[in-house]
Amino acid sequence: MKIVVTVKLVPDPNAEKKIDAGSKRLVRTGIETVLNPYDEYAIEGALKIKESLGGDTTVTIFSMAPAASKEVLRKALAMGADDAVLLTDPALEGSDVRGTAYAMAQGIKQTGFDLVICGGLADDGSTGGVPGALAEYLGVPGFTNCRQVEVAGGTLKVQRETDSGYQVVSGPLPALVSVTMAIGEPRYASLKGIMGAKKKSIATLALAALSVDGAVGGDGAKTEVRAVAAPPVREKARVVEAPDGAAGARAIFDLLKEKKLV
Amino acid sequence: MDFELSEEQQAIRDSVLKLCTRFDDAYWLEKDRHGGFPVEFHAAIAQAGWLGIAMPEAYGGAGLGITEAAILLEAVAESGAGMSGASAIHMNIFGLQPVVVFGTAEQKARMLPPLIAGAEKACFAVTEPNIGLNTTALMTRAEKHGDRYVVNGEKIWISTAQVADKMLLLARTTPRADVKRKTDGLTLFYTSFRRGEGVEVREIEKLGRKAVDSNMLFINGLEIPEADRIGAEGDGFKSILHGMNPERILIAAEAVGIGRAALRKAAAYAKERVVFDRPIGQNQGIAHPLARCWMDVEAAYLMVLRAADAYDRGKECGVEANSAKYLAAEAAFHACETAVMTLGGMGYAKEYHVERYLRESLIPRIAPISPHMIMNFIAERVLGLPKSY
Repeated sequence: MKIVVTVKLVPDPNAEKKIDAGSKRLVRTGIETVLNPYDEYAIEGALKIKESLGGDTTVTIFSMAPAASKEVLRKALAMGADDAVLLTDPALEGSDVRGTAYAMAQGIKQTGFDLVICGGLADDGSTGGVPGALAEYLGVPGFTNCRQVEVAGGTLKVQRETDSGYQVVSGPLPALVSVTMAIGEPRYASLKGIMGAKKKSIATLALAALSVDGAVGGDGAKTEVRAVAAPPVREKARVVEAPDGAAGARAIFDLLKEKKLV
Repeated sequence: MDFELSEEQQAIRDSVLKLCTRFDDAYWLEKDRHGGFPVEFHAAIAQAGWLGIAMPEAYGGAGLGITEAAILLEAVAESGAGMSGASAIHMNIFGLQPVVVFGTAEQKARMLPPLIAGAEKACFAVTEPNIGLNTTALMTRAEKHGDRYVVNGEKIWISTAQVADKMLLLARTTPRADVKRKTDGLTLFYTSFRRGEGVEVREIEKLGRKAVDSNMLFINGLEIPEADRIGAEGDGFKSILHGMNPERILIAAEAVGIGRAALRKAAAYAKERVVFDRPIGQNQGIAHPLARCWMDVEAAYLMVLRAADAYDRGKECGVEANSAKYLAAEAAFHACETAVMTLGGMGYAKEYHVERYLRESLIPRIAPISPHMIMNFIAERVLGLPKSY
């Protein structure tokens, strides 16, 4: 079975970030590029399936990113994936969710797959829209927010997280799933993994090699960022002091009333 | 000249730091309070393959260099594991280099894989109570009887001898009076031992690093098969000399790690702690000493990497390795001391961790060679000054 894990390369989540006022895009200069932390869970999910199935199951990392970030994919290979494919083309710059999903679908079709596993969302854009759109463009069933994924006898069985619990859903392969952090803490690369990753291949794909109709990248975007704003600054917490519990409750109630919250 | 870590070296650092997050401040605090070898940590490091980082690939290692081993041990210490974490694995990472270089194929196949897998632990029994750094004067005797050697003598400051299964032992096989050079007549062994059977192991209570035991060894009739002799009889000093520079480089890297850990804690505290309506780190009296310590620690690390790089390229690195050990240990000690002073009273409390780092930072200052002897070495070898002792 061939599992494809989609990963995004994002600016270091711990770095301080600035938005360029003109382009309304993140200033990437001086910020390290890392694997999207949510995608590490997707890799973990894929490796678990590979371990449970054994045999000729393979895990391929698939990413759409600038060519310069290629080496970041070694980390995914060091975790235990077998190989990687990087879809890279200057024309893809500025792709929105739809364009990204469409271009990736064409690339993943060419790579071949039985199961595609995605992280829940990207740490930078945080739309969480790509997995669903990707399933649509691939023409396969999409199972989002999965906390557990099992493959047995060519059938997929997942547990989908909901607000109040989880659903057990099954379906045929090929398919796409997106996973939550409940799938399991991503493993760290072992020394053997790091050494082995040096010898694994990272293939690159350009748009010319794919059947892509219409405009992609910024020109093909159906959405546009109109404005960017910082989240509102949280007001400093107010400490209510009172001689006893009843007076404290009264004081808090008055405060909530004053704010028209009760 | 390239001052960047390679992708692979960066991956090693990231992965080790990530593994170490499983062993948090609370874990090391507990180990420091109550002692007990950090078996879980040693096992996790072994399981991820790290013990084999500098071992030959043919025996299950990764065949990397001292540079990578230094990056590994620095990261372990920096994670907050300090010397407790680093010393728990240190000997097993590079200590067996004499076996790698001077051992036979049979010995390597027998001795290296269990160490790399973490199934066996080794201790390094060279120093003796009455001779200090005058190693060639050591008095432990190994006498040959048929196909065995019988050993008698005393060793001191033998780390991990309470938990080790194996011992790398240097003993005199030919009396000093009967050899031309004092460096001749010493022989190296790598052998199994059991506490209480020819070796009494007595733990030394000490200032810090309670988790990793230090010991006196009373060796009384320990029998060692000839098959466990490393290299030719009488050539032992040459064999251990080979490992001395890497040893100093690794200790230096560990010192850098502990210095970084202390500065991280101190800076975090200085940012948060508000006195007189401002974070104390806004006061230059607090900020400047920390900044100075940072520069000292990072400059020392450059010397560590410089020494490691020279060693890995097969170049002479004695001056750099000794300088790195001196600079890193002094910088780490001052960083830890400054961290304690930054935290004030809290710095003296165990639950803030920096006092533990301060106690542990004395280890790389003292071991495996004193700062005084390093200054002697630099004065003589680099500056050409007359020998003072």
